[in-house]
Amino acid sequence: MRAGDAVKQSVLILACVMALIPTAFMLLTALKSQDDFAVNKTGLPQAFVLDHFRSVLFDSPFVLWMVNSAVLAAGAVALSTVVACLAAYAIARMQFAGRDLIFTLSTSLMAVPPVVLIVPLFVLYTRLGLISTFGGAIVIYAGLITPFSVYLLTTFFRTLPQELFDAARLDGAKDFRILRHVVLPLSLPALLTLVVVNALFVWNDLLIAVIFLQDDAKRTLMAGISVFQGRYNNQIPLTMAGMVVASAPMLILYISFQRYFIRGLMAGAVK
Amino acid sequence: MTLPQRITPYLYVAPLIGLLAFVFGYSIVSMVEFSFKMVRGIDGPWIGLRNYRLVLGQPLFWESVGHNLLLLLAIPVMVAIALVISLLLYERLRGWKLVRTVIFIPYILAIPIVAVVLKQMFQFSGPVNEVLRWLSLDFMALDWIGSGDVALWTVMALIIWRESALGIILFLSRLLSLDEALTEVARLDGANWWKRAWYVLIPQMRGVIEFYVVISIITMLSAVFAYVYIMGGGRGGPGTSTMVVELYIYNALVRTSLPGIAAAVSVMLFAVSLLLIWVLFALRRRTDDAGT
Repeated sequence: MRAGDAVKQSVLILACVMALIPTAFMLLTALKSQDDFAVNKTGLPQAFVLDHFRSVLFDSPFVLWMVNSAVLAAGAVALSTVVACLAAYAIARMQFAGRDLIFTLSTSLMAVPPVVLIVPLFVLYTRLGLISTFGGAIVIYAGLITPFSVYLLTTFFRTLPQELFDAARLDGAKDFRILRHVVLPLSLPALLTLVVVNALFVWNDLLIAVIFLQDDAKRTLMAGISVFQGRYNNQIPLTMAGMVVASAPMLILYISFQRYFIRGLMAGAVK
Repeated sequence: MTLPQRITPYLYVAPLIGLLAFVFGYSIVSMVEFSFKMVRGIDGPWIGLRNYRLVLGQPLFWESVGHNLLLLLAIPVMVAIALVISLLLYERLRGWKLVRTVIFIPYILAIPIVAVVLKQMFQFSGPVNEVLRWLSLDFMALDWIGSGDVALWTVMALIIWRESALGIILFLSRLLSLDEALTEVARLDGANWWKRAWYVLIPQMRGVIEFYVVISIITMLSAVFAYVYIMGGGRGGPGTSTMVVELYIYNALVRTSLPGIAAAVSVMLFAVSLLLIWVLFALRRRTDDAGT
C-alpha cells in the first residue's frame, strides 16, 4: 500500500510540474538579460534583470491595454449582473406564462459558440459606426456572459427558503425591495463567483476583441499581446516580461478567490 | 391577480429578453439572411445558394474542417488524463488540495498568453528542443512551430495541456459528491485501486464524462481561434497548416470583406453546434431520469 501511494504521489507531482513548466519558463526568462537567454535557455538567470518589466510598463502600451480590458470587463459584468439579477429573481420566484421556456432558451444559449454571432454584428456595427467603441463591445460581451449569469443566479435564488419571502411580504415589502434588501445580500457568494468567472471570460477573450476593437487606442490586452509578440519577436525575455505582467492580475485573483473560481467554473457544468 | 401584478414578472425579464434578442436573436436571423445574399459592405442582392456552393467547392474550407476534425483526437487523451489525475486526487493523499490548485492554473491563464509562451518554448532553437538534444533524442527535436507537418499537432498538445485541467476539476467534483459507502465496501472486499476505479468509481462518473466529451467537441469545432491565431502569428500558419473554420470565417469577414461567405460558414457551424446542444440536453435529461 505504501509503495502504491508513492507511485500515486509521483504521478501527481509530475502533473504539477507539467502544469507549472510554462509559467516557470515565462517567469525565469523574463528575469534574464537578452545575452543570458541566448546561451542559457532552460536554467536559472545569471543575474536578475528587471529592465524588461520597466520597458513593458513604461515604454509600451501595455498599461493602456490593461485599462481597456478592465473597462470592458467591468462594464460587461455590471450590465450582465443587473440584467441577470432581475430576470433570475422573476424566474426563480414568480409564476408567469413562458417562464420555463425563457429559462431553457437562455440556458441553451450558453453552448452557442461566439464565432457564429460575429458576422451580422460586425456588419451592423460597421453601419452604425460602433466598431472600436467600448459601448458596442460591452453589449456583445454582456450578451455572451448573461446566459451563464441567469443560470447560476436562478439556481441559487431557488435554494433560498420561502419563509424569507413570506416574512418580507408580511412586512409590506414589494418585489424590488425584497430583491435588493433580502435576496442580494444573501447571494453574495454566488454574485462573487459570477463576477470572477465572467470577468475572466471577458479579460481572456481574443476573438471579439480583434474584430470589434481594431483601433490602436481601444485595443484590449489579449489583442495587444499578439501585436506585442510580433513586434518583439527576437527579444524573448522582453516578450515573456509582457506575458508575466499580462497574466499577473488573473493569477492573483485566482490565488485569492480560488474557491469562487472553481465553484463557478463547475457551476456551468454540473448541477 | 390584478393586471399590474400579472405584468410585473415580464418587466423583470424584459431587459434579459432585449439583450439576448439583440446579441443572439438578431445575429442568428441575419446570419441566415446574409448567407443567401451577396453582401457588399452592409447589404446586397439575394443570390440563393451561391455562397454555400462557393464555400463547399473550396479546398481551403474542407482543409479547415479537416483540421477541426483532427483536433477531436485530443479528446480521448484529455479524458484519460483527467480520469487518472482526478482519481488520484480523490485518494486524498497528503497535499492533494495544493495539487488541485496548481493543476488548475493552465485553465486560468489566458489562451493568448500560454500560446505566446509555448510558441517560444517550442521554437526550433528553443528550450524544448535543447532539452531533447541534451537527452540525445535529436530525432525528436522537430520544428514544432515552423513546419507545416507538425504545427497542428503542436497546437493540439497545447489544447490538451490546457483543457485537461477543466476535465480534472469536473471529474473531481463529481467524485467528491459520490456516496463513499460503495467504495468502502469494495475496499473491504479487497479490491485494489484499479478495480475500485474501474468497477466502482468510473461507472458512476458516466454522466460527467459524457458532458465533458460533448463540451470538448464544441470547443474543438468552434473555440480554438485564440490558439491558432497566436501560434500562427495572426494568420494560422505556416501556410494553411493550422487553418480552422473560425479562422476561415474571420478571414472572410475581416480580411477579404465577404460577409456573405462568412455567414454561410457560420450557418453551417451553428447547425452543428445546435445538434451538439441538443445532445447535451438529451444527456442531461437522461441523467436526471436515472437520478430520480
